[in-house]
Amino acid sequence: MTAPLPLDVAGGTTPSLVVALGVGVAFGWCLERAGLGSAPKLMGQFTLRDMTVLKVMFSAIVTAMLGLFWLSWLGVVDLSRVAVPPTFIGPQIVGGVVFGAGMALAGLCPGTSCVAAATGRLDGLTVAAGFFAGVLVTGLAVPAMADFYESGTRGAFALPAALGVTQGTVTFVVVAGALTAFALSGRVERAMAARAARVRP
Amino acid sequence: MSAREDVQRSYADPYLAGVALGLVLLASFVIAGRGLGASGAFATAAATTVRSVAPRVASTNSFLASHLDAGGLLRDWLVVEILGVMIGAWCSAALAGRLGVRVERGPHAGVSPRLWAAGAGGAVMGAGAVLARGCTSGQALTGGALLSVGAWLFIAAAFGAAYVVAYLTRGSWT
Repeated sequence: MTAPLPLDVAGGTTPSLVVALGVGVAFGWCLERAGLGSAPKLMGQFTLRDMTVLKVMFSAIVTAMLGLFWLSWLGVVDLSRVAVPPTFIGPQIVGGVVFGAGMALAGLCPGTSCVAAATGRLDGLTVAAGFFAGVLVTGLAVPAMADFYESGTRGAFALPAALGVTQGTVTFVVVAGALTAFALSGRVERAMAARAARVRP
Repeated sequence: MSAREDVQRSYADPYLAGVALGLVLLASFVIAGRGLGASGAFATAAATTVRSVAPRVASTNSFLASHLDAGGLLRDWLVVEILGVMIGAWCSAALAGRLGVRVERGPHAGVSPRLWAAGAGGAVMGAGAVLARGCTSGQALTGGALLSVGAWLFIAAAFGAAYVVAYLTRGSWT
């Protein structure tokens, strides 16, 4: 039998929910250990003082991407049964801009706001409450903007197919890009620390 | 060494935490056939709230209806996963001595402005996550690792906008 397991995730079966709880506990643990449940730490990424967000996110993406690549090459995982989030070109670019602007105001993203709230941070609880309200109101407005909401739909659309290159090529470029970003982020942190020392001795 | 440096030092190495997070994401792909998420849990909670007040609105709205499939809040994969996130975060913070009721903010921001920005920023993020069909977990991490075109467009757009807004509001964080 190849992975993933036939758990019927959409049906909400008990085994699938046990996996959900375990995955969630480990996810929350990792985010808290990395310091991403703290808004000032997370905002360090966007004021260039502390590139933890980039380091954590890109090493996670590269790890999962390479793991999936090798496990599917070995025949352990059937990639056609792994759910790929569908692509909607325009809504995801506009949604990304709106989301990013909100994230910089909030100081946290939805997942890390749950981490912050669970560890007693009232700002995290407020971000989560605001996020709930924003999803509810915008969700109610989806029928009114259905044309834009459903525009640019491409289904499960992967970079290799979009660019006409092999999965190995894209994988190599993402790894090379991540390693370059890691090297640059150390330089940026040191440059900003030196600048801060000059401004506020 | 200041107290602030002391707190920062006690966090895990970001690369170690990132690889661990990647293995959690990989385990989710391999076992459950799906990645991580956060905004989907909020969407299910919102859809369930609307259904309890106005069932017809919830069933005729394509977005809300699509988040009501699992048959109840505690039967939804992402809701249970997010409850797990909160348990895992609490355990990690408790063991590291980082639990504490407080408002975290930049050195030049008062409590009240920080909470207003948190609520407003959260609401704006909610609008973005509905349009983008996900957030930093479901799109950026999960879709990014699966090399989804939409996810990488989302990452570029979200980080770009966050840098612009953070620059405009830099006085409150630095």
